This record gives sequence, structure tokens and C-alpha cells, in this order.
Amino acid sequence: MTDNPASAVAEQRTPLGLAQRGFCGRIEAIVVTVGSGVSASEVERRLIELGFVEGATVEVLHEGPIGGDPIAVRVNDTTIALRRREAMAILVT
Amino acid sequence: MTATGTSAGLSAWRFALVGTPNSGKTALFNALTGSRQKVANYPGVTVERKAGVFQTASGHRVNLVDLPGTYSLRGRSPDEEITRDVVLGRLANETPDLLLCVADATNLRVALRLVIEMKRVGRPMLLVLNMIDIARRRGIDIDLDKLSAELGLPVVTSTAVRRGGTEELLRRIDELAAGVSNKTAASASIGNTWAAPTTAELRAAQREADRVIKVAVGEPKRPDTLTGRIDSVLLHPVAGLLILLCLLFVMFQAVFAWATPVMDLIEAGFDALGAFAHDALPDGLLQSFIQNGVISGVGSVIVFLPQILILFLFILLLEDLGYMARAAFLMDRIMGGAGLHGRAFIPLLSSFACAIPGIMATRVIDNRRDRLTTIMVAPLMTCSARIPVYTLIISAFIPNTQVWGFVGLQGLVMFGLYAIGILSALGVAFVANHLFVRDGGMPPFMLELPDYKLPRLRSVAMGLYTRATMFLYRAGTTIFSMMVLIWFLASFPRAPVGATLPAIDYSLAAILGRWIEPLLAPVGFNWQISVALIPGMAAREVAVASLGTVYAIEGGKEAAEQIGQMLATKWSLATALALLAWYIFAPQCAATLAVIKRETGGWRWMFVTFFYMLTLAYVAAFVTYHTAVALGWG
Repeated sequence: MTDNPASAVAEQRTPLGLAQRGFCGRIEAIVVTVGSGVSASEVERRLIELGFVEGATVEVLHEGPIGGDPIAVRVNDTTIALRRREAMAILVT
Repeated sequence: MTATGTSAGLSAWRFALVGTPNSGKTALFNALTGSRQKVANYPGVTVERKAGVFQTASGHRVNLVDLPGTYSLRGRSPDEEITRDVVLGRLANETPDLLLCVADATNLRVALRLVIEMKRVGRPMLLVLNMIDIARRRGIDIDLDKLSAELGLPVVTSTAVRRGGTEELLRRIDELAAGVSNKTAASASIGNTWAAPTTAELRAAQREADRVIKVAVGEPKRPDTLTGRIDSVLLHPVAGLLILLCLLFVMFQAVFAWATPVMDLIEAGFDALGAFAHDALPDGLLQSFIQNGVISGVGSVIVFLPQILILFLFILLLEDLGYMARAAFLMDRIMGGAGLHGRAFIPLLSSFACAIPGIMATRVIDNRRDRLTTIMVAPLMTCSARIPVYTLIISAFIPNTQVWGFVGLQGLVMFGLYAIGILSALGVAFVANHLFVRDGGMPPFMLELPDYKLPRLRSVAMGLYTRATMFLYRAGTTIFSMMVLIWFLASFPRAPVGATLPAIDYSLAAILGRWIEPLLAPVGFNWQISVALIPGMAAREVAVASLGTVYAIEGGKEAAEQIGQMLATKWSLATALALLAWYIFAPQCAATLAVIKRETGGWRWMFVTFFYMLTLAYVAAFVTYHTAVALGWG
């Protein structure tokens, strides 16, 4: 139990990769630190091409059967499946 | 001669369909071209080139190609490279006069970003808002004039899956293309300013797309809740996996159960045909050739058409429904444990029908290493060509008894063979992944989960038709010529006068078989099996027909009708089990190896696949044979 005031929580950016099912939020930034087999900027480009850009609304709809991975995320009007590892680059509030 | 003036004399226009995956591009292609389409390959690569012909409202002929779906022109996979090269006009004789950019009207965000990227190419373009009926039903209000003005492009709506849903498109094409075709000559200098976009440019394009949507598109009043509701069951961590397993079970059950009556019918038909040929022709070489070589040979392969079609029916239905992406989602972590990509699930599933479409389907995997691993293990999935071999041996050697009171032993052995195939595929993938040096770990898995849609009968039927003709063509060419070859080997030279042994013992087949036999004797194979394995390289299922031919010529007509029963008297159980084990791993068929060579772009991976499978096959057969002998089944 943290006693952070609501406003502070709202400004706190968390990676989408840690979000639970049912999480709703907005993308604040895309920050890819590790490439996964491909370069970091390539991962970033792919995320953007699937609609993950700053300002888009996201909702975690489903979690995979093992370890809650991958996750199915609603981005505005599209549903995208991705692994939590890549979703760590999507910072949301 | 260049004709001008009358519309009939005008040369045909060349259009290309571009769009994101799941935009209904292929449905639109089918609606426009109907049955006037053909599938071939682009020169030098194995990317399918789907081309067709249609006529505009005024009767102008249009050659249309359906380009592989893509999210960008960056060309991250062989498929996407084709799309890029055609759009940019880099492929000779493929340069389109007009791009038909297809967008799912219910999902414009990603599509419009691609449109904005493609505008930089400078080629004449028409935006087709597909599935407009669904968008309207959901209350998505699209102001076409505003959208057109904001994008600076003509916009037209269509409903590809409904009759008459493309009428407006056909009308508008006439108006547009009339203006465009005058400029076609200048298409070399279209003012292309496209370059692979940076992340900043992609962001800017997406912001622009979002701005355009805000101006021209109203919020949906009735969002699609059905897909969400279905997914809450189908993607449920426990129920979803169980449903997937049940689905696979039903699929394989159907392949065996539903196909049987039709297969019996085909078999009876070919038997009757063979008997007719036997009676109609005088005894001798020609009679033997027609009956044993041609009719029973081709018949023994065509009999599997129903099973192949049923398997493809399931795969096509699940694909059109939108379930395949969900299956990849559910299986990603499970397959990831073996180092396989979630997207590998679809190619591996297709490999149960045939490794060739399976290997070709690996193109959806953009990472080369993941793709190579999937290609290498795809032939281990039990393809439908193994079914005849398995069925023959199981029915001949495994007693039809019940274990634990309710499970048939024969079915259990069949299931076991499938299971060993799957497990060894996972094992090989695991080993392969540890042999390859990974740079930076697992590549990303990102996949759109499209809204569910009812599959259209027409497009499924068209897919099945393509599969059937491909199979029959193969049966009619490769397999047929192999059967003729086997018949020839088994029939010549003829037995000398006064021969005491069966005629086949004097044939080339016997000589060849005895030559290979020492190599295969340690795994319990006799020379007849050795001979049958040679044409099995052309197509696995031919081995059954070859055994039939070899033994039929040896034992006369009665034997041919009862290959199974006869094998039971000639082989030991150990030999039969060793052959089953061999067939799980055997590096066949030649066509699969050829596709591996093409898809991986060289001999290397083909040989790697060939030798690892050959080694596994030999070891598996060896161990099985000697274990069985030790158990007293020799």
C-alpha cells in the first residue's frame, strides 16, 4: 500500500510490460533500450508501425497462458499481441 | 502495334493492390478478378505472385496483382521486399499504372500511416476503404470528401465480400485511370521521394494519420464487442489452450474419419479401373504396365486427396476466421521454450498437411534465424504423405485391440507417431537454437489480432481448389513418372525362361535393392523396402505404391489387392516398426528439399536438413529394430 497522492501516480511512467490485465492508460513515450535480435531502432519502428505512438490509448485485454506472456493490447482501435519484453519499451501512465 | 482510340484497342492497365495485413486485400482481389486469376512465383524468389484480370465499368481491361500485405515499404522480409520493389517500380514489367491502396474502414489508423508513407513514392494512388459495411454498422462515420481532401487522394468505398460491393470502385477507376494513363509514359519520372523512414518520420506520419482521422472520421458509436467477448473465451489462459487442443484433435479426427468413405470410393474406383484394364488388355507387358504401373500407382496417391483437402479446409477456415493469430498468441511461450517463434505455429500446423506450404508459410517470420529453425523442423511434422505408409503398416502389424478398455491400439500408435514427430521437432529446434549464436536474444513477436470475421465460402472454395489442382498436378507429373520408373525397374530385365524364382528377383529393382540392402540391413530392411525407398524420395506416399508394385509383380494379382496382409507374412514386426521409425525422420521428399533450398537461398541448409534427418532416421530405425528384436519380435 503506497500513499502516493493520485496526481503523483498519474505522472509516474510505468512500462506497459509490467501492466496487468485490465490496465488502461496512455502512451507517454517509446524508449527502446535493448534490441531483441534486431536493432533497438528497428524494434521502435515496428512498434510505431503497429500504432504504438505517444498519445495513443492502450488497454491490456488478455494475457498469455504461461507467465502472463505475451499480452494482447488494444491500441486505439487495433489489437496487437506482443511479448512483455518488447512492451517494456512502451512507457504508459 | 500500339493501338489507341477505341477502348477495346487500348492496352491493358496494370494495377497493384497494396495494404496492411488483414485489410481484406485478398478478398477484394477475389471479388474483382473472380476465377480469372493465377498464382505463380516472382522470378528468382518464392514469393507468390497473385495476378488476375478484370474489366472496369467501361470495359477496359486491367491486369491486377495482389501484393503481399505490409505495414511499411521498408521490406523486412522477402514478401515485403517484393511489395516495396513493385511499388517503387524496381521490378521490370511490374511497374503499376495505379496503386489501389486497401484500408480496413474499421481500422484506419495503421492503414493511413502506410498511405501517407506511400504518397512519397509519387505514384498515382486510389484509397479503397474496404469493409465499409461493417464500419457503417458500427456507426463509424467517415466523411469521404474530407478524407480525400486531407490526404490529397481519391477515396472510394467497397465491400469486397458482398455482391456488387465493388461497383463504385469499378466506376471510379474509369474516371481516374483515364487521367492517369496519359501520364503513364512519364512513370519513370514520378518524383519519388521515398526513403526508408526514420523513427521520427514514422511518428510524424502516424500523427498526421491521427490528425486526418480526427478531421474526417467520427467515433464509432457501436464498437465491436463481439470480438472482445469471443476472445475472453478463446484467449483465456486455461480455456483458450484447451479449446486449441480440442480444435487440433477434431481436425485430425476429421482428417481420418471424414475422409474414409471418400477414400474407399476412390480406391474402389481405381480397383475397378484396374480390373477393367486387366480384362480389356491381353496378358503381357502392356497389361502389367497399365494396371500395375499406371492405374494402381496413380490411384494409390490420389486416394489421399480427401485427407489433404480436409486438412486445408480447416487451415483456410481458421485463417479466414482470424483464429490463426490467436493460436500463435497462445502458443508463443510454449514454442518459445523450444526456441521457436510464436509465428512458427502456423507454418508448423500447415506442415501437417504438407511441409511445402508449411515451409513457404515461414515467410511471415521476419527474423532469418527463426525462419531457418522453423524450416529445418517443418519436415518433422507428420505430413499427410506419411499417412498412407503409417496406415498400411499399422493396419498390417498392430492388432486392432483396445487398451485401457476404450482406446484403440492402432489409433494410439498413430497418435504416438504424430507425437514423436512433434517432440523431435521441438528437440531439434532447441538444439539448433543453442548451436546458432544468438545476437541479442529472441527477436520480437508482434502480431495484429484481427477482428473475427465469418469465412467466406467463395474464398475458402477458391483456396481449396488451388490446393487440389496443385496436388493433382504433382500426382500427375512427379508421382506418375516415378511410378512408371518403378514399374520399369521391377519389370526389366524379364525373368529367363525356366526361372524358378519370382520374376522380380531378376529385375533391375532387385539388383538395385540388393546393392543398397547391406546399408539398410542393420535397421532390418530387406531389399524390397530398399527399392521402395528410392521412389519414396519423389513423394513419400509412393513408397506404398512401390511396395505394392514390387510385391504385386512378385506375387501376382491377388497380392496387389492385399498389400498389407501380405506384408504381415513377409516382414517381422521388428522390421515394420523400424520402417515406421524411419518414416518419422526420413529426409523426404525431394520436393520438400527443393523448397528448402529455394527458401533458404542455397544448398547449405538443404544439406544440413537432409543429413540431420537421415542420421535421425537411421538411428531411430536401428534402435527400434534392435529393441524389437531383443523383445522377441524379430
